Amino acid sequence: MEIFIQNLFNALQWGSFYALIALGYTLVYGVLLLINFAHGDIFMVGAYIAFFVSSLLLGDLLGVFALPGWAALALTIPLTMLLTAGVGVTLERIAYRPLRRKGAHRLYVVITALMCGLVLENGNLALLGASRRKLPDMVDKVVYTFGSVSVTNLKVWVIIAAFLVFFLLQFIVTRTRIGMAMRAVSWDKFALPLMGIPLDSIIVFTFVLGSGFAGLAGLLFAMSYPILDPYMGAMVGWKAFIAAVVGGIGDIRGAFIGGFLLAFIEIMVAAFLPSTFRDLFAFSILLMILWQRPTGLFGVAKTTKI
Amino acid sequence: MKKTVLLVLALLLVLSGQAFAADTIKLGFVIPMTGDIPKVGEASKFAAEMLREEINAKGGLDVGGKKYKLEFVFEDNEAKPESAVNAMLKVIERDQVLAVVGPQSSKQAVPAGGVANDNETPMISPWSTNPDTTKGRPWVFRAAFLDPFQAPVVTNFATKQFNAKKAAVLFDISNDYSKGLAEFFKADWEKKHGAGSVVGMESHGTKDQDFSAQLTKVIAAKPDFIFLPENYNIVALIVKQARDLGYKGPFMGSDAWGSAELMDLCGKECVGQYFSTHYAAAGATGATKEFIDKYNNKYGYIPDDVAALTWDATRLVLQAVQSVGKVDTDVRKMRKAVRDAMVNIKSFDGITGKMSFDENRDPIKCAVVVKISEKGEFTFAESVCPN
Repeated sequence: MEIFIQNLFNALQWGSFYALIALGYTLVYGVLLLINFAHGDIFMVGAYIAFFVSSLLLGDLLGVFALPGWAALALTIPLTMLLTAGVGVTLERIAYRPLRRKGAHRLYVVITALMCGLVLENGNLALLGASRRKLPDMVDKVVYTFGSVSVTNLKVWVIIAAFLVFFLLQFIVTRTRIGMAMRAVSWDKFALPLMGIPLDSIIVFTFVLGSGFAGLAGLLFAMSYPILDPYMGAMVGWKAFIAAVVGGIGDIRGAFIGGFLLAFIEIMVAAFLPSTFRDLFAFSILLMILWQRPTGLFGVAKTTKI
Repeated sequence: MKKTVLLVLALLLVLSGQAFAADTIKLGFVIPMTGDIPKVGEASKFAAEMLREEINAKGGLDVGGKKYKLEFVFEDNEAKPESAVNAMLKVIERDQVLAVVGPQSSKQAVPAGGVANDNETPMISPWSTNPDTTKGRPWVFRAAFLDPFQAPVVTNFATKQFNAKKAAVLFDISNDYSKGLAEFFKADWEKKHGAGSVVGMESHGTKDQDFSAQLTKVIAAKPDFIFLPENYNIVALIVKQARDLGYKGPFMGSDAWGSAELMDLCGKECVGQYFSTHYAAAGATGATKEFIDKYNNKYGYIPDDVAALTWDATRLVLQAVQSVGKVDTDVRKMRKAVRDAMVNIKSFDGITGKMSFDENRDPIKCAVVVKISEKGEFTFAESVCPN
């Protein structure tokens, strides 16, 4: 039983990352019907930004600042989110918007997104080299132990952060005017400007939200798994995308539940069966869910996807 | 168009032929400069470059009274088996090298060894410890001890040091080295401590970042220590996560821990752990110390075992070339001569210790167990020699 509870915490932590990344996929898809395949790599860029920002603030880099750990963390969170959001918006401006202006089919935009992801990965490799980096420790780790169940303070924060982000996004999309505009974009892109809603600003705002939270995920991920490499976002990104699809891409609840569901299956399979079966079982189960509900758990049937 | 291509090709052929005809000896290095373990590639390249510069500064390598300049070709194998095969073919076919040093990890050295053997080019892997690299391949050599030897070193040391009865293992299932060593260790431990004394045997994939499920299972079995035959970049993640899950016992590692980058990534959480390796840099003497000082002066950090083994492996090849006595302009003939000369080297005094070679072209040499000190140095704890 204690092993089960321990693994539940493991799954909640791992699922938080899937959920945070899946939320970014689903936001962009929900608004633009575009699968932003570069999202996993934006997450990776977020982790690297977190690395540079925190090293700078702690004085490991350049030695200009020398803030105490908690202050560095308090500044690193908003700075990382802001800068990563900048990367996301830049991608939108230089890669997706020109194609949209030219009226390109969505398929080409998806391929462009894939390419952007590879450019980010290999650009990072060329710029920073292949050596791994370690995020500096900003806060002291505390391990709480109950019986044989151990939880760190960081693990608790990660889980809380994922839930907060989910509630915040759910609130923005369903309860605010800008959220209403975002939903309107996905309904009818052409009627929207006629209603006096600035289409491009809404799209930029979507990318700000999605990439900003990818940056947060990158920072939290780098704190939990402190080895950074240029390809760290690829696998997690794909799996989070699958989680978003299984949850019903375009729906915020779907991405959130999908992320935790995938992590839960992965951890439990690895925990109670030989760990080599993990991906086999995880994706077989997800496949069965899609057989039953091809649009995902929360998805609504639409005529065209991709 | 076709004519131009042909012309260019012909020109290239002439040029490459001439490049070889010049008084140079060309060696290929197939090493992981990017990918999972870039520090391994860097260390190999640095060590090789240092050796080349040293010899070329003296006018070149003396073969039969004539000086030949050394030319090293470095190819990146991205720490992937398929890239290692391509890189091997590239240096053998395009660069027409005499012999190949590398690949370093067994994951790439096992498939690359097949290529070297099929193309009748001598290859020496400095760091690969999996038996399959050289097995049944008369053209393939190595400079490192084997995993069937390393496993008992770990078993005996852990039994004595931790007073351990129960062991657990976490390994990378898609890595020949990690998987092979884990299996040898399990067999050896259970031979000495009885069936079922390996209480946890868990695996993961190369790209995995979260090991919490496997570690929860392993820790629940209450082992006296956890054996991690893993690359240094994964070690840092596993050790941290195990501590997060409340594990307080010791870890024991294998030679793949010994990178200069281990402590940058793992930090204080690896301090006090032990691992078996090829040489201990802290407290070295003689030629080993000379090498360490030179390397440290040139590149600014203490060379790890890969650097030392690459140095030894390259010198071994050069010694074989020297003992041939002349450089044949026919690459194929020269390769054959070098291979035969390498087989005839019965013992070699390297900076990683004295080695003699058995009939499988594998060295018989000592292993050391090192402890990671507070300062992050790998300090000598014990030396284990084969009988």
